[in-house]
Amino acid sequence: VSRIKCQIIFYCICFAFQMQTVTIIPGDGIGPEISTSVIKIFEAAKVPIQWEERNVTAIKGPGGKWMIPPEAKESMDKSKIGLKGPLKTPIAAGHPSMNLLLRKTFDLYANVRPCVSIEGYKTPYTDVDLVTIRENTEGEYSGIEHVIVDGVVQSIKLITEEASRRIAEYAFEYARNNQRNSVTAVHKANIMRMSDGLFLRKCREVAENFKDVKFTEMYLDTVCLNMVQDPTQFDVLVMPNLYGDILSDLCAGLIGGLGVTPSGNIGANGVAIFESVHGTAPDIAGMDLANPTALLLSAVMMLRHMGLHGHAKKIETACFDTIRDKKVLTKDLGGNSKCSEFTAEICRRVQDLD
Amino acid sequence: MRTLIKGYGIRFDIMVFGKAGKFHVVPTLLNIGAGLGLMGLGLSGVRLQPLCVRSLSLTASQNATLESPPARADSTFKVTMVPGDGVGPELMTAVKEVFKSGDVPVEFEEFHLSEVQNMASEEKLNEVLTSMKNNRVAIKGKIHTPMEYKGELASYEMRLRRKLDLFANVVHVNSLPGYSTRHNNLDLVIIREQTEGEYSSLEHESVSGVVECLKIITREKSRRIAKFAFDYATKKGRSKVTAVHKANIMKLGDGLFLQSCAEVAELYPKIKYENIIIDNCCMQLVQNPYQFDVLVMPNLYGNIIDNLAAGLVGGAGVVPGESYSAEYAVFETGARHPFAQAVGRNIANPTAMLLSAANMLRHLNLEYHSNMVSEAVKRVIKQGKVRTRDLGGYSTTGDFVRAVVANLRHRPLH
Repeated sequence: VSRIKCQIIFYCICFAFQMQTVTIIPGDGIGPEISTSVIKIFEAAKVPIQWEERNVTAIKGPGGKWMIPPEAKESMDKSKIGLKGPLKTPIAAGHPSMNLLLRKTFDLYANVRPCVSIEGYKTPYTDVDLVTIRENTEGEYSGIEHVIVDGVVQSIKLITEEASRRIAEYAFEYARNNQRNSVTAVHKANIMRMSDGLFLRKCREVAENFKDVKFTEMYLDTVCLNMVQDPTQFDVLVMPNLYGDILSDLCAGLIGGLGVTPSGNIGANGVAIFESVHGTAPDIAGMDLANPTALLLSAVMMLRHMGLHGHAKKIETACFDTIRDKKVLTKDLGGNSKCSEFTAEICRRVQDLD
Repeated sequence: MRTLIKGYGIRFDIMVFGKAGKFHVVPTLLNIGAGLGLMGLGLSGVRLQPLCVRSLSLTASQNATLESPPARADSTFKVTMVPGDGVGPELMTAVKEVFKSGDVPVEFEEFHLSEVQNMASEEKLNEVLTSMKNNRVAIKGKIHTPMEYKGELASYEMRLRRKLDLFANVVHVNSLPGYSTRHNNLDLVIIREQTEGEYSSLEHESVSGVVECLKIITREKSRRIAKFAFDYATKKGRSKVTAVHKANIMKLGDGLFLQSCAEVAELYPKIKYENIIIDNCCMQLVQNPYQFDVLVMPNLYGNIIDNLAAGLVGGAGVVPGESYSAEYAVFETGARHPFAQAVGRNIANPTAMLLSAANMLRHLNLEYHSNMVSEAVKRVIKQGKVRTRDLGGYSTTGDFVRAVVANLRHRPLH
């Protein structure tokens, strides 16, 4: 009984201070180091978040199907918000990749990647400020393949009305909530006339309900051509799975690579998992050399999603100021400081900004 | 032009002109296989010497050097021309004007095939095919595909490609001297399989609201394009071929493509073979494109990378490309867009089409004329005074063409 009382008091306190729970999945390789960095920075910024650490390694469920551990699932269902580090995909483990499992479990249908040029980290492309929204559940990655005859393989690309409508709605709502001016649908409906034609029709229908946001459509090859010449002409891009995969990585390359790009996955039932998309970097794991920027910016995206805009702005400014100053930078950004030094510097700036 | 000897896939023609009895012997490769077979015979890895046209005169005069123009030929090469939509016709006019001023012995047979302007039909398509069978070389603009379809899912452009079996599309991505972009001194070749993959036009709506599109990958075609890529790399003296794929997700489909490439790579020990995933490839192309040499890939990825690479050196107006089959060669721009917004405004950049036309002349063994045209174009761009809008200038297409004509080395003898 006393344990229940303690729990009730705990929840009351949490409610009083409006502490929100967030499930954090550190991941493999450099995952634990950068997760610790992010937690430290959030503490310094006094963000009202309580972290619940969980591990996701595939286990075989009762039906013989692979699934994530039940504690992880339960924690996510309760908190609805997650932050994930890089996960290792073992090649011959017999189970599908962890990212795929998470996607299927929580029906993460939208992958959002905002690409903003970082002042202080010079790339040939300046003033990039766009968001790629990619449909994450169907399209070319449906995984349906057959060998028809020896030497002939057929892959099926699936486009459904429901999924296209859902992603289009999410894109327009995102544009509205984040004060974006236009949404561009990227497609190849001149070649794949029925499938991308369906996607495009749904986007057009949803655009009718969002008259305050400008809607344009552009062929994939035109987008690629113009993106590398003048990326400032794009704002929000919405597209099916394969094009999204390629374009989001292309945009990440424009601002400096996967080490500085945040990413978020939005699912049905209000679930959202924010993650860093780089690899686990096993060669520098445990040596305090990792760059936590990607995970940190994803965490900032998470704060904005949760409505904590003030804290988000503070941490983001501190991070960008540190990178702009160029005094304390990790190796991949061009400096030679350690991860802990970089983190300490950001913590200091955050506290100064208070 | 009369045929002297024909055999082993090579035809020797003799062109006699003038009263002096001068004649040229012109070898023509009837198919790429023969040509490449010839290359393999002893020139592997070495940059191939262009097959020069040397005049063997019956009189005792000395041999004409490559500097002075050859005497006017009585017969000309016939080339099929399909202007296409958008700015295609304007670009073709530019090519014709430059060829006329340079006295290039090429005659064009024009066909106006266009889906959006309702000028397309089976008969027209067959006319073009017959013309191609005779001429074997074509120059074309982009035949635009309208998004609404009336029964047939395959567009005319795709059907033309399939009927001629133009399986390989080669795009030359070279930085133009004098025009600097974010990445300078690029020199890539992008080879794309053009007949299968995602562009199979096999789509159906099995249940209302669910559309399936089939992507077909076959071992035979993958092997064919891989062999083409390695042969091309050998012929042009390239050192590395990179296969682009997404086999971590499409394990069977792209896995088969990758396997075919690896099998063919073993036959070419002198050429380095690597592979890279498409999204990583895109990222690397914008961060460090110098690590790539020759890229080979299936259809859709080829479309993306063609356009990306074209953007890196200056856009769709400066990159030439060609499509090959075993018997035919079609020359066009690298990034295929009709560019309908520029129609009638005289602002399109004819550089890509002119460079492609120069490549066509090289393919026809008119080496002198080919160099003349391409050098004139490059000189105009290097001088920087006359530039079209996409390169940051204010000149019109007409101005640019006039500048190129002024820079041609050759002057008509009359």
